Amino acid sequence: MEEKNILEIRGLKSYFFTDNGVVPAVDGVDLDIPEGKIIGLVGESGCGKSMTVRSVMGLLKYPGRVVEGSIRFDGREIAGLKENELRDICGKDISMIFQEPMTSLNPVIKVGKQVRETLLIHDRSISREEADRRVIEIFKKVGISEPEKRFNSYPHQLSGGLRQRVMIAMAMICKPKLLIADEPTTALDVTIEAQILRLMKELRDETGMSVLLITHNLGVVAELCDYIYVMYAGKIVEQAETFELFDHTAHPYTQGLLDSIPRIGRNADRLHTIPGVVPNLLHLPKGCAFCNRCELAEKSCHDQGVELREISPGHKVRCIKPIEHKEVTGS
Amino acid sequence: MNDSMNTAPQEVLLRAEHLYKNYSTGKKGREVHAVSDVNLSIMKGETLALVGESGCGKSTLGRTLIHMLPATSGSIYYQDMDIAAMDDKQFKPYRRKMQMIFQDPYASLDPRMTVRNIIAEPLETYKVCATKEETTERVLKLMDAVGIPGEFLNRYPHQFSGGQRQRIGIARAIALQPELIICDEPVSALDVSVQSQVLNLLKDIQHAFELTYLFIGHDLSVINFVADRVCVMFLGCICEVAGKDELYSKPLHPYSEFLLDAIPVADPHRRNRQRKVLTGEIPSPMDLPKGCCFCTRCPYATDICRKERPELRDLGDGRQVACHHPLG
Repeated sequence: MEEKNILEIRGLKSYFFTDNGVVPAVDGVDLDIPEGKIIGLVGESGCGKSMTVRSVMGLLKYPGRVVEGSIRFDGREIAGLKENELRDICGKDISMIFQEPMTSLNPVIKVGKQVRETLLIHDRSISREEADRRVIEIFKKVGISEPEKRFNSYPHQLSGGLRQRVMIAMAMICKPKLLIADEPTTALDVTIEAQILRLMKELRDETGMSVLLITHNLGVVAELCDYIYVMYAGKIVEQAETFELFDHTAHPYTQGLLDSIPRIGRNADRLHTIPGVVPNLLHLPKGCAFCNRCELAEKSCHDQGVELREISPGHKVRCIKPIEHKEVTGS
Repeated sequence: MNDSMNTAPQEVLLRAEHLYKNYSTGKKGREVHAVSDVNLSIMKGETLALVGESGCGKSTLGRTLIHMLPATSGSIYYQDMDIAAMDDKQFKPYRRKMQMIFQDPYASLDPRMTVRNIIAEPLETYKVCATKEETTERVLKLMDAVGIPGEFLNRYPHQFSGGQRQRIGIARAIALQPELIICDEPVSALDVSVQSQVLNLLKDIQHAFELTYLFIGHDLSVINFVADRVCVMFLGCICEVAGKDELYSKPLHPYSEFLLDAIPVADPHRRNRQRKVLTGEIPSPMDLPKGCCFCTRCPYATDICRKERPELRDLGDGRQVACHHPLG
């Protein structure tokens, strides 16, 4: 079954050129987003997941820049496009939701006007009355109660959950083909988080857009995603369809993350931990980036770099000695 | 591993009675009721978790209990001494018994102080050690207890990672051998792999130093790991108090049930489970509903819920619930 990819990233390298040396924040990432799917990009802070999407959106700031690689959106190469060319795509066909709904909204402009602005910039033919009507319509769709009243609210008058809904409305108003959500629920409470996740899923089902969900929360990806990429120290270390990833975890890092989560019903006296900390990207180990924290590492892990390889259809892992699962090898 | 279930601690360490904490908003007569009519006991040696959404008053309650914020009214008994009405001078001998671990390890350590000075500050304030050398000795012991290598003694906070900074915060909190530590969301700023290290450390030092924790958090899976008893808060009121296992297997308050249902589970096979998702937003703490605080969001609410505020009732087995129509 051949699916059309709305976004294809090949060999993306984004480096930061600092006074202390070159930081390979994104180091050779391949990533596909098929149409209508929700893709998860998981990793801890500093692993490069946000930098990957910033590269796509052309939002990398000095001293960082894309040094290599191709980013194809809807069949068109967008890496290296000038800012004004990129602006036609970003915000319209690709839109983004950020983590902190307070800092991403302008505090002195009414939220309805901010959402309307997005629409008017990308579609000049639309009249203001028509735009207002569309804003109220999208407010209803994302579950904002009393949309007419909320149109004239300022961000500080709204709760965190409502603000995130406004952000989603802003991202959705141009009917994007791809929605990138960078930790959309991290700043929210659990009950609101559940509402927002449900909303994103409903919007995907309804509009058929693709979603790239960036998060550190494995619970969130398990609830929502179709396919998952796990990132560590600038590289993809494992990728698989969601059920495959959770059932047949192959990379020790992914397994470590899964084991570290406290789970209800498992009354353990201690939690599993991954020893050590995320390595400094300026001084990466010569071999596998995870080797110093890996309990299964052997000598060869320290000596040579590891390539991403396919271990079963659609399941790739960057590890010399992936974890084997008995039911897989036994059959 | 240990038989903590059977040897449940019984001695009350801290007890709050009809505790209120209001904030004035500057507008005439308008007040935010951050904590209203809270009755709560913390047993010696236990970990009591305080759960709720942001803005529900859990941090304010934690801070009011250890006199970091003055209570508006009500009493707080620490081993039968009412500390709520004390002034700072009277409270000083009690202060060292109650410490706090803060949420943000980036903001809670002075960036211009070395690790040694950060940890030594409480020791010097209370003149615990006679000489500088003795103080440094103590600091090194504390660093060892929290897993920070002694050679980092003269480093500054920015040279450490978030997890290590939180360890430094913990070392400072245990420096005066307190009895009670308020842990205010100590792991919510940390990554999963580091979070588990810090949670394990908190458990270890609790055993080693015989500490009592009031653990404030919003992540119910973390709470499930650390807590003995759980207290669920909503809009400044306590909804339910129960033993951890009882609450997670059979919540009695509708709000607790919604909270438990909302947790994302790291298991895709369970994604299609029946979940109850709460609708609506939290009412403003400035004008609370007249009846039960939760009645505007509660699907089971009836007339009495909108008229009369439910008292926190004792249902036996250490369970308390404030609801006119408890579940089950």
